[in-house]
Amino acid sequence: MAKKLVVIGAGMASGRLLEELEPGRFDITLFGAEPRGNYNRILLTPVLAGEREFEEIVTHDDAWYRRRGIATRFGEPVLRIDRRQKRVITARGATPYDKLVIATGSASFFIPVQGNDLPGVVGFRDLDDVEQMRAAARAGGRAVVIGGGLLGLEAAAALHRQGMEVTVLHLMEHLMERQLDPAAGYLLQKEFEGRGIRVVCKAHTTAILGKERAEAVLLEDGALFPADLVVMAAGIRPETRLATEAGIRVERGIWVDDAMRTSAEDIHALGECAEHAGVVYGLVAPLFDMAEVLAKTLRGEEAAFVPPVVSTRLKVSGVDLFSAGDFSEGAGREEIVFRDPARGIYRRLVVEDARISGIVMYGETADSGWFFDKLKSGEDISAIRERLIFGPAFQGSGETDPLASVRALSAEAEICGCNGVCKGEIVEAIRAGAGDLAAVRERTGASASCGSCTGLVERLLAATLGTEAAPPAPAGICPCTDHGHQDIRRLIRARALKSIPAVMQEMGWKTSCGCHICRPALNYYLLCEWPLEYADDAQSRLVNERNHANIQKDGTYSVVPRMWGGITTPAELRAIADAAEKYDVPTVHITGGQRIDLLGVKKEDLPAIWADLNAAGLVSGHAYAKGLRTVKTCVGSEHCRFGTRDSTGLGIRLEKVLWGSWTPHKVKMAVSGCPRNCAEATCKDLGVVCVESGYQVSVAGAAGMEVKQTEPLATVETEEEVIELACAFLQLYRESADYLDRPYKWVAKVGMDWVIERVVTDRESRAALVRRFEISQSVHRRDPWAELARPESRPRSWSPLADLTTEAAE
Amino acid sequence: MSSWIDIAALEDIPPRGARVIRTPQGCVAVFRTGDDRVFALEDRCPHRNGPLSEGIVHGTSVTCPLHNWVISLETGQVGGPGEGTVETYGIRVENGRILLDEARLRRPDAA
Ligand code: SRM
Ligand SMILES: Cc1cc2nc3c(=O)[nH]c(=O)nc-3n(C[C@H](O)[C@H](O)[C@H](O)COP(=O)(O)OP(=O)(O)OC[C@H]3O[C@@H](n4cnc5c(N)ncnc54)[C@H](O)[C@@H]3O)c2cc1C
Ligand code: SF4
Ligand code: FES
Repeated sequence: MAKKLVVIGAGMASGRLLEELEPGRFDITLFGAEPRGNYNRILLTPVLAGEREFEEIVTHDDAWYRRRGIATRFGEPVLRIDRRQKRVITARGATPYDKLVIATGSASFFIPVQGNDLPGVVGFRDLDDVEQMRAAARAGGRAVVIGGGLLGLEAAAALHRQGMEVTVLHLMEHLMERQLDPAAGYLLQKEFEGRGIRVVCKAHTTAILGKERAEAVLLEDGALFPADLVVMAAGIRPETRLATEAGIRVERGIWVDDAMRTSAEDIHALGECAEHAGVVYGLVAPLFDMAEVLAKTLRGEEAAFVPPVVSTRLKVSGVDLFSAGDFSEGAGREEIVFRDPARGIYRRLVVEDARISGIVMYGETADSGWFFDKLKSGEDISAIRERLIFGPAFQGSGETDPLASVRALSAEAEICGCNGVCKGEIVEAIRAGAGDLAAVRERTGASASCGSCTGLVERLLAATLGTEAAPPAPAGICPCTDHGHQDIRRLIRARALKSIPAVMQEMGWKTSCGCHICRPALNYYLLCEWPLEYADDAQSRLVNERNHANIQKDGTYSVVPRMWGGITTPAELRAIADAAEKYDVPTVHITGGQRIDLLGVKKEDLPAIWADLNAAGLVSGHAYAKGLRTVKTCVGSEHCRFGTRDSTGLGIRLEKVLWGSWTPHKVKMAVSGCPRNCAEATCKDLGVVCVESGYQVSVAGAAGMEVKQTEPLATVETEEEVIELACAFLQLYRESADYLDRPYKWVAKVGMDWVIERVVTDRESRAALVRRFEISQSVHRRDPWAELARPESRPRSWSPLADLTTEAAE
Repeated sequence: MSSWIDIAALEDIPPRGARVIRTPQGCVAVFRTGDDRVFALEDRCPHRNGPLSEGIVHGTSVTCPLHNWVISLETGQVGGPGEGTVETYGIRVENGRILLDEARLRRPDAA
């Protein structure tokens, strides 16, 4: 008599196994928790989207099971495995086996937050889930999908297609972070947003709110998303309970050897519930391989499962995305990146030992098979390395189109910020005969003022006229890009780019995540341009700005609290003295900026010393920042027999208005009470000298590597006007300088006349600059120390990740 | 023989960031790249001992925070502007946990 084979789980893996086993070899009983036979689970997505009916995705119908002589027990979950008596137990009794196969798949992971069990919260795993979602979609309303991986995005696109208003909340920095890098993640997000699906990354869900059913999802930062339907797509968990309870070895999944045997005799496992060589799979291709191996094992033949390289696609129509290979381990890897901003294409190959080991493609994936073959075969690509990234059809030279980014600009994109000239006007002028830069300048005014858009206008000329000899683009700011600072700033504005991956993609960066030169610059440009929207990227800050303290040569830090206008009090001095003692500060130095520097503080002590200083009312002096440093003052009319005005008071006012602002390079100011100029105001980035008739404001001085006297900006009569001029000047500098140009270098490039025109003469322009400065300051006029010192928000990164000195010493 | 010890969760290190582990051989910097690979290097620049863990991580390199030497996370080699090598340690990620090869750490010549 044939041996009894019991299979638990009627899913995709066991379905393939049953096909492989010839009829009659075993006496098979198939248990399924779902009240239906096997269907193509992958195609639940089109069923949810209303593109297919369930009947179309059934893979094995009743007739098939009957033909194969398989006894089916659907809707009857196995409750227990009795290894001793070799039988499985269900609600209807015991069924004996000679061989047992566990193929229970996985279950949706419900993130452990309050409200995750409310009605209206569903997973995305089986037909019941899909039916619940379709019912919700018919009622309309809002859906929140938790999880921006493969499942979550497919659910989001499908529900959106069904007419729901959809938001995706994703914990990580970019979508599908396990399959995609930030650049491809950015393109994907853009595609979804373009369809009207809202995407929120770095979203930490803390609760699902609602009385009778789910009504809203609450994030850690307080953001609230109303929801009629909440889809949990934050991950899956291998369904291993039966095995665990039966004492079978379970790691993350049920442990199996190469032949798909578990640790228990006559018991096998396969599919998503199984773990082979430390890996649990979540895609069908490897599961089908497992089924073939297990079929052989059950027949008594030799077979071994070989871990395959898996690839991912997203089943959302209109989204072309491909990812394959292993990015998670190994040394000696290099990357090759290709971007075509105009067509929204991104490709990245990871090459190791002259072989492709990883592939990410977005926008156009027709060549993915060609690359994937090379990856799987391990072909040596040295000979074709130079042209590899362009794919199989590529012939000719490996140059990408340097004009692609200007071509990609819309006609409305502003090219010349000074004169408000957009691309369309320039192209029109060129078509009407303006054949060179001078002619374009004359007709449109573009590039006629500060000149920083000259490079863009020249490339527009080349792109429009189709001239071969396009003028060379200005040198890129670093080897990652061909774009200069001003091009980057302008394109960020014109194309409303709001993240570092967005800039890198749209401007065709040649590396996947930039370098130490471009990343800090981009981070600054973005936060300057979009103060209310851009989220600062700490990993793109240089060490001092990331840690809000100056690193010293021995890796310790210096701490400089602000002393507004150089004024302090006995209480502040006491607090500083106490802190110096408490944290064993080896050196206390009076800086050249009229304040006190505590040098030699250990990194892990920073939050604590800040908290102590905060308690005495002291805040960060930003001595580490490309931002406002000091406003030095002299004692002025309050004390000095020559003082004409309250220079100290004005200095304090200036510092209180301007502090916290980020700038292209550091900014220092000073106010002197009379022309004797004891505060050295005439060698600062902005200096004020008080005289009987008013305030002489001058700018663009320097006293560092170069020494330069300031140039007059204007003489005004009131403190208010000084403050207005300072804000306007600073904002113009913030908006138009190259990153790491001090004001004196920037003014040398744009010209003092240009600055005076915008900051002094043109009242409207001045007012607009002040307005924009205020908007930015509404975000940045804050003490970063206070925020970082609060115990609950202290980043873990201040202290070591682990301390092995004690353990390992034993 | 390798003996892998569990250090922390991958999420404890920000992408394109680093954290430090104290060991008998001095500080070891554990880096996490933008594509979630991890590397462990001695936290000391061959130039003038800058803490590499505070540098900007790009691709599979880190730029030293003190004077911008660029060091390969994979090999520990200085790519420029100067020359030198930093000690590397065995490290891997399994099930979201970071594992460090402790045997290598104990090796007397590892310092
Ligand atoms: C602390 C201080 C020296 C002191 O003890 O007096 C100082 C210390 C440093 N200066 Fe300075 N400068 C200090 C006043 C000055 C002054 C004088 C002033 O501000 O009135 C100048 C000349 C004025 C000027 O900036 O034009 C000055 C011109 C520089 C320069 C050259 C800037 C330039 O554009 O030429 C640098 C290099 C740089 O920024 O790239 C520099 C860079 C530095 C750095 C940040 C070097 C570094 O990157 O590590 C030093 C940080 C030490 C630390 O950990 O705190 N420091 N530095 C002074 C802090 C002032 C403050 O309270 O914030
Ligand atoms: C919406 C969606 C889209 C997907 N898209 C893709 C894709 O594009 N590409 C891709 O490769 N993969 C995709 N997958 C993943 C793929 O469907 C799974 O990898 C595959 O179905 C796993 O097969 P399995 O047999 O291990 O588990 P399953 O197919 O889940 O089958 C397991 C079965 O066991 C049953 N079961 C559990 N416990 C018991 C018990 N105690 N007693 C009896 N029965 C039990 C379950 O109810 C289930 O029916 C997708 C999955 C989903 C949900
Ligand atoms: S003058 Fe040179 S050595 Fe002195 S603090 Fe400034 S940067 Fe450092
Ligand atoms: S110490 Fe690293 S570059 Fe100088």
